[in-house]
Amino acid sequence: MPAVSKGDGMRGLAVFISDIRNCKSKEAEIKRINKELANIRSKFKGDKALDGYSKKKYVCKLLFIFLLGHDIDFGHMEAVNLLSSNKYTEKQIGYLFISVLVNSNSELIRLINNAIKNDLASRNPTFMNLALHCIANVGSREMAEAFAADVPRILVAGDTMDSVKQSAALCLLRLNRTSPDLVPMGEWTSRVVHLLNDQHLGVVTAATSLITTLAQKNPDDFKTSVSLAVARLSRIVTSVSIDLQDYTYYFVPAPWLSVKLLRLLQCYPPPEDAAIRSRLTECLEAILNKAQEPPKSKKVQHSNAKNAVLFEAISLIIHHDSEPTLLVRACNQLGQFLQHRETNLRYLALESMCMLASSEFSHEAVKTHMETVISALKTERDVSVRQRAVDLLYAMCDRSNAQQIVAEMLNYLETADYSIREEIVLKVAILAEKYAVDYSWYVDTILNLIRIAGDYVSEEVWYRVIQIVINRDDVQGYAAKTVFEALQAPACHENLLKVGGYILGEFGNLIAGDPRSSPLVQFNLLHSKFHLCSVPTRALLLSTYIKFINLFPEIKGTIQEVLRSDSQIRNSDVELQQRAVEYLRLSCVASTDILATVLEEMPPFPERESSILAKLKKKKGPGALPDVEEVRKEKNTSVNGGVEPLGASATPPSSTDLLSLSSPTSLTPASTSSTAASLLVDVFSENHVPAAPGAPLGPVADDNFSRWASSVVSLCNVRKPLGGNCESPPAHKLSPRRFVCKNNGVLFENQLLQIGLKSEFRQNLGRMYVFYGNKTSTQFLNFSPSVICQDALKTHILLQRGTALCVRGAQLQQVLNIECVSEFVEAPILNIQFRYGGMLQNIAVKLPITLNKFFQPTEMTSQDFFQRWKQLSAPQQEVQKIFKAKHSMDPEVTKAKIIGFGVALLDRVDPNPSNFVGAGVIHTKMTQVGCLLRLEPNTQAQMYRLTLRTSRDTVSQRLCELLSDQF
Amino acid sequence: MIGGLFIYNHKGEVLISRVYRDDIGRNAVDAFRVNVIHARQQVRSPVTNIARTSFFHVKRSNIWLAAVTKQNVNAAMVFEFLYKMCDVMTAYFGKISEENIKNNFVLIYELLDEILDFGYPQNSETGALKTFITQQGIKSQHHTKEEQSQITSQVTGQIGWRREGIKYRRNELFLDVLESVNLLMSPQGQVLSAHVSGRVVMKSYLSGMPECKFGMNDKIVIDKQGKGGTADDAGKSELGGSGKQSIAIDDCTFHQCVRLSKFDSERSISFIPPDGEYELMRYRTTKDIILPFRVIPLVREVGRTKLEVKVVIKSNFKPSLLAQKIEVRIPTPLNTSGVQVICMKGKAKYKASENAIVWKIKRMAGMKESQISAEIELLPTNDKKKWARPPISMNFEVPFAPSGLKVRYLKVFEPKLNYSDHDVIKWVRYIGRSGIYETRC
Repeated sequence: MPAVSKGDGMRGLAVFISDIRNCKSKEAEIKRINKELANIRSKFKGDKALDGYSKKKYVCKLLFIFLLGHDIDFGHMEAVNLLSSNKYTEKQIGYLFISVLVNSNSELIRLINNAIKNDLASRNPTFMNLALHCIANVGSREMAEAFAADVPRILVAGDTMDSVKQSAALCLLRLNRTSPDLVPMGEWTSRVVHLLNDQHLGVVTAATSLITTLAQKNPDDFKTSVSLAVARLSRIVTSVSIDLQDYTYYFVPAPWLSVKLLRLLQCYPPPEDAAIRSRLTECLEAILNKAQEPPKSKKVQHSNAKNAVLFEAISLIIHHDSEPTLLVRACNQLGQFLQHRETNLRYLALESMCMLASSEFSHEAVKTHMETVISALKTERDVSVRQRAVDLLYAMCDRSNAQQIVAEMLNYLETADYSIREEIVLKVAILAEKYAVDYSWYVDTILNLIRIAGDYVSEEVWYRVIQIVINRDDVQGYAAKTVFEALQAPACHENLLKVGGYILGEFGNLIAGDPRSSPLVQFNLLHSKFHLCSVPTRALLLSTYIKFINLFPEIKGTIQEVLRSDSQIRNSDVELQQRAVEYLRLSCVASTDILATVLEEMPPFPERESSILAKLKKKKGPGALPDVEEVRKEKNTSVNGGVEPLGASATPPSSTDLLSLSSPTSLTPASTSSTAASLLVDVFSENHVPAAPGAPLGPVADDNFSRWASSVVSLCNVRKPLGGNCESPPAHKLSPRRFVCKNNGVLFENQLLQIGLKSEFRQNLGRMYVFYGNKTSTQFLNFSPSVICQDALKTHILLQRGTALCVRGAQLQQVLNIECVSEFVEAPILNIQFRYGGMLQNIAVKLPITLNKFFQPTEMTSQDFFQRWKQLSAPQQEVQKIFKAKHSMDPEVTKAKIIGFGVALLDRVDPNPSNFVGAGVIHTKMTQVGCLLRLEPNTQAQMYRLTLRTSRDTVSQRLCELLSDQF
Repeated sequence: MIGGLFIYNHKGEVLISRVYRDDIGRNAVDAFRVNVIHARQQVRSPVTNIARTSFFHVKRSNIWLAAVTKQNVNAAMVFEFLYKMCDVMTAYFGKISEENIKNNFVLIYELLDEILDFGYPQNSETGALKTFITQQGIKSQHHTKEEQSQITSQVTGQIGWRREGIKYRRNELFLDVLESVNLLMSPQGQVLSAHVSGRVVMKSYLSGMPECKFGMNDKIVIDKQGKGGTADDAGKSELGGSGKQSIAIDDCTFHQCVRLSKFDSERSISFIPPDGEYELMRYRTTKDIILPFRVIPLVREVGRTKLEVKVVIKSNFKPSLLAQKIEVRIPTPLNTSGVQVICMKGKAKYKASENAIVWKIKRMAGMKESQISAEIELLPTNDKKKWARPPISMNFEVPFAPSGLKVRYLKVFEPKLNYSDHDVIKWVRYIGRSGIYETRC
């Protein structure tokens, strides 16, 4: 690189910068900048040619001003001129300006690309480097398009200098990242692999990065790189005498290159060739050996570099997962780090161990460190490290140590950081379930969990306890007893109460024999907590009470008393009130036999994936680890991920969510559809559905639908004022009614925009020409019309020119193809968005496409007409309307309107000549609907009587609405 | 009420921090700095709400004064207090600058203790304050014991703004009517908005406890008198060529010495004035404003690289009066690369740092006109944005009140001492200045 000569100091720039630095206030700074900009403008005016030096100086100043946060809108041309200079500094500044300030500016980009092409073709390595750096820094699609072919050529050319090769490799990497589709894979790929053999370590490092990225995409193309990488790695790691140029960093030979090579190897499975394989093993052993050696320097850089290589080697070992000895050695090495002074090392060690725990070879070895990990959990100061420790404990857990680990986790939970409590709770719940030998232990653990960290116990956890207790006969009695005992604590968590309420409601009879837990005691215990609970819990408890009535008829009176009290039966909460009322009635009306059937014990739940596990997976999902570790993470979660469900292992593939937690409307139980089940399932669907058990589903859904429908309509209404409010004056809205009987006209007009229409229809198809006229003198930006319509109508915009709608008076035409699928009511909405004067304008207009547009007139005789008229005599097929005339009753106008409406006007059909009779067929894609109409004017009373008969009642209704509006 | 008061320099460093209430934490200081002073976008609103805390700020040169509160206070009161505080500080140590504030730390804290108590504004009358806060430069005029003891009774008494026993050999008073006229005019000369905000400043050197009565050509008063048939000498205008008799005042505020009850009932302004200089009243008018200057702009774009500007100004008042310090500021486009100016009168210069041509005229008589023409060369840019054409603004000073306000009388009665209204020497002066006086081009 040529040294910067003295004359290039650019005093003016230095003075300017120091002026700005000395400014006392923002205002002073702006003044100074304005002055400088004016000066530069006057210099760039083009009267006299500037020499390269001053051009460079001014471009530098502009760059500085831009970096201070001001807009620069000139000087690009001068910067591009600098690119063709022969002086390094001038070229450099030119490229700097381009890479900072260039945007896809059409006229300049060609010039820039030209200059870059020239530099790439030059033999001067520094110029080539500058050009490559510029391509990489800008990295835009345009750049990629222009140079995707050149860069690889430079990379693999034999005569390219090392430094240029290095830049070319990194440049290609960058282009590959930003626009992978534009970088063609060609014959150069095979030659790139051989760069790993290059003499220059810098080139090798750059090439390794490139190859790693490429190999992740097309592993097959770069298979050969494995052997080369291993050879290279072994040369670095094992040989002592090799000259590493300047790439030894604090006594560690080429750490970056080693790490990158190890990363590259992680893209592939263990090499199959035995020689390569043994060589790689040798390397990895050497790295592990080196870790044991005493440090050659006390500097932190030394240990950091060494450990970086070590950890990457360990991840490679884990990735390969094939050499038991290496895995165990790695594990031991990490074990040493567990107690290291450096927090980062402890963190990394725990993290890597998590992965080691998943390997069958090293699982046992990891387990030996359990004590250390547990003590780390207790003594570690950094919460993120503690979190990793919890992860590791979870990963190393198996049947042999489950009891101990769960106990430790529970222990830790009491003091754990709030941020990780929920995760620990989930983990404890899963481990307890998975490794439970004895279900009483499981129940104890979960109850303990609720006691210690009730707030963090999610719904899924206690749902799961109940599922298990219900499915396992052997544990029910014990569960009831434990729950009963736990409830006796003066303050207990609401979740405990939920579990307690449910379990006692089901299995309270199992412990009722003991006088200390007699039915009445059980009931009083639950009811004493009733008033402190939230509504959903209370609802659940009410269900427990009704269950009690079945289980213990002796306390029926007491419970009825409670249900009858004002606080239940007149509760302000609808759900509670309804339950109280219905349960009370049920208990009074039904005989014991019926009660016993209705309130039967819950049937066992079908087995399926634990909902807790699903939740844990979801929690782990976002942002736990960067994507490079994707593969490992996959493994990590699968450590304890594959929980086989208790009992039966058959998991129905699409089992419905049987507690109906997620689906708000599903009231149907998954297993049996007995009334009992539906009643109890409802216990869990608490506030999802307002309807009580047994309430008809239909109306709710209908109601929802109609509300949804009306909200759609109101949305359309809201849009219009929105469009009109920002600067655009009140739009002159023209009634869509006018278009019922005609096909052309002005649809919409305000001060900015006029929309005209021209349309033609044939059978069930239509074509509409929409004309947008710009009434202002400026352009509309981002002009984008779109059409929203219902399923019954298909619209398709044929011609769409986006972005601009040019100057005053100009028109844009658009063609819309319309297809009527079935009869419809709502007209489609034309939604137009554009920018005018910086404001986003939004206009929504109903397109005047009505059902009658798809009429085909039918001529028929009087006889025919009346015959058909009689055929369509069912009451729902006829619609009649008597209404007052809004316009004068001119028969000619009426005639025109009826013809415009689409039907054939039949003369001399009706005995009364003043009546109008019409016939037509509405074509939709699905069906054709015949339609007969009769209009009887009464001139004296200024009234009309309109009668319509069609084969479909909805059609009659709609047509009647449309036509009666016209007169 | 005000919970705390902070003063920052332009860098956002805290110079003065005084917290009056416990609900304002230490972090409030930083919150204001981060969200207002160092905000990425310039904060325009003088009131900022940050985390349920309201910050009211005013800026004096490079200094920020911010009052903080968590309560729902009267914002106008807070600003009135901040302005008053600026006045007090200026009266004590001159210009409000970082230097001066640093040199007067103790004084400012002492003042803050006095004028704000538990967040409630107290007596902020400079004259009164100066009697007992005598830090640096302000010497106590009261040397004797009993004089000092008088201070307490005066400050806590009914007339807190004036002490007893003032004596002057010459009883003299000065009245200044200071107005600033604001205008926005369309290129065609249509007035889009105009208003005058004015102040009546009085400097009194009167003995004893004089009772004063101030009269002006307020429309309501004049009309009332007109009906009563007692129209004496009302409205013989000698000023500014205004032929009208009375003016309609939109709203006005008074110094605390004015008896508001009397104003409400009789609309007469009577008071016992403080000693020295103070602001008697502030008012605003929007009707029948005499616009002292008319600006006629003519901007022609010649191609993409040239702009021709011609501006004519016409003075619109009596030829006998002279306007002073006239300055016309013609904004230039942001891509100006060169300017040539020709003007008949005064001096004109292109100031690149302000992106404007500044044309200065020292003096100009009424009913005259003058013009400037400029050729502006532009550098073609790749920015498609059109020049927004900011309005041409103007500064001036004229010796009449553009609102048409006229002082009719100021009567002084001192029943105890033996001087009468006739013995008092009275001076009246009118100054009209430009506020934001803009014409679109």
